[in-house]
Amino acid sequence: MIAVRDHRDKAAFASLFDHFAPRLKGFVMRNGTSAAQAEEIVQDVMLTLWRKAHMFDPHRAQVSAWVYQIVRNRQIDVARKENRPMPEALKEEPEAEPDAAQIVAIEQETEQLRAALAKLRPEQREVIEKAYLGELTHQEISTQTGLPLGTIKSRIRLGLQRLRHELKDLLE
Amino acid sequence: MAAYAAGTLPHAFSLVVATQVSMSSEARAALEAHEAVGGIVLEDSGSVAVSDSMKSDLLSMLDDPVPTEPVYTRSGVYPAPVMEVLKGREPRWKTLGMGVKQDILSEDEYGSVRLLYIPPEQAVPDHGHNGLELTLVLQGSFSDETGRFGVGDVEVADETLEHTPIAGAGEPCICLAATDARLKFNAFVPRLLQPLFRI
Repeated sequence: MIAVRDHRDKAAFASLFDHFAPRLKGFVMRNGTSAAQAEEIVQDVMLTLWRKAHMFDPHRAQVSAWVYQIVRNRQIDVARKENRPMPEALKEEPEAEPDAAQIVAIEQETEQLRAALAKLRPEQREVIEKAYLGELTHQEISTQTGLPLGTIKSRIRLGLQRLRHELKDLLE
Repeated sequence: MAAYAAGTLPHAFSLVVATQVSMSSEARAALEAHEAVGGIVLEDSGSVAVSDSMKSDLLSMLDDPVPTEPVYTRSGVYPAPVMEVLKGREPRWKTLGMGVKQDILSEDEYGSVRLLYIPPEQAVPDHGHNGLELTLVLQGSFSDETGRFGVGDVEVADETLEHTPIAGAGEPCICLAATDARLKFNAFVPRLLQPLFRI
């Protein structure tokens, strides 16, 4: 992803395509979207990934989280024919040196979050997946908080602390 | 916040969340943590093979000119997501009486979102709610029975809350308020005015 962002490397883009395109298609089709429409969405998402690569910041997100945000936007825009309101982009210091420790920390945090998710019982995991696939309404998500998701929540909280710390540095 | 990340919030509430994230690092961290979970769900989703031509089609499109989209930026107390809904213009205030003014930004069957302008120390009539109301402070502050809300704070009010918000002293209070239902005013006169002002 960094090669795509910094060097506009088309071979690197092709590997990202090989990794994400089939997953994106599977993800989009899970809520009943037809294969043909899913292909259009995947194509749009991959093109957005290329065009908006400069907005990717490995200090704050893994590529998957960033791609998730792009595909949900695209799905909402297609479904509602209106743009989802988007937060302001953070301005990065143009000459800022990459902070390897922070990037690794985000990777590890995501890995731990993934491990915590994997340990859930199948029915709990299904609720999480449905929520993030956009298959639950906001009402349903808020009434699902009774689930024993302590581990997940503490992981998110740890992730939050780290992100928050990083964001403070970015904003100051 | 999870519902915004998953894209299941009505438009009116999405605007409040996107605006709050633009104003607060804490809100942004919460959103990005939810997106990390979404990313894991995406990574671990089953794969479905894409058509053979898509990759070559895409690779040939990479050098195409990029269509330009209008980019809205923060203007004064209004963060970019609000400026986008305003399409870059200044708010068009319509008076509600007692110096209180509003500009309805959007309204559909799922809810409405508006800017509210309340002069310092002015009260907004006592009201309850039929649904959910999110109020984000953009300038100044207000207080009600539940506490004081300053710039960047969001009050979440539902059916159980009846309140009389009063703007703080100093600057006028400007809020972004989204509801998924009409507010119920307790006094007779404001109730009569309700259809007129579309609150």
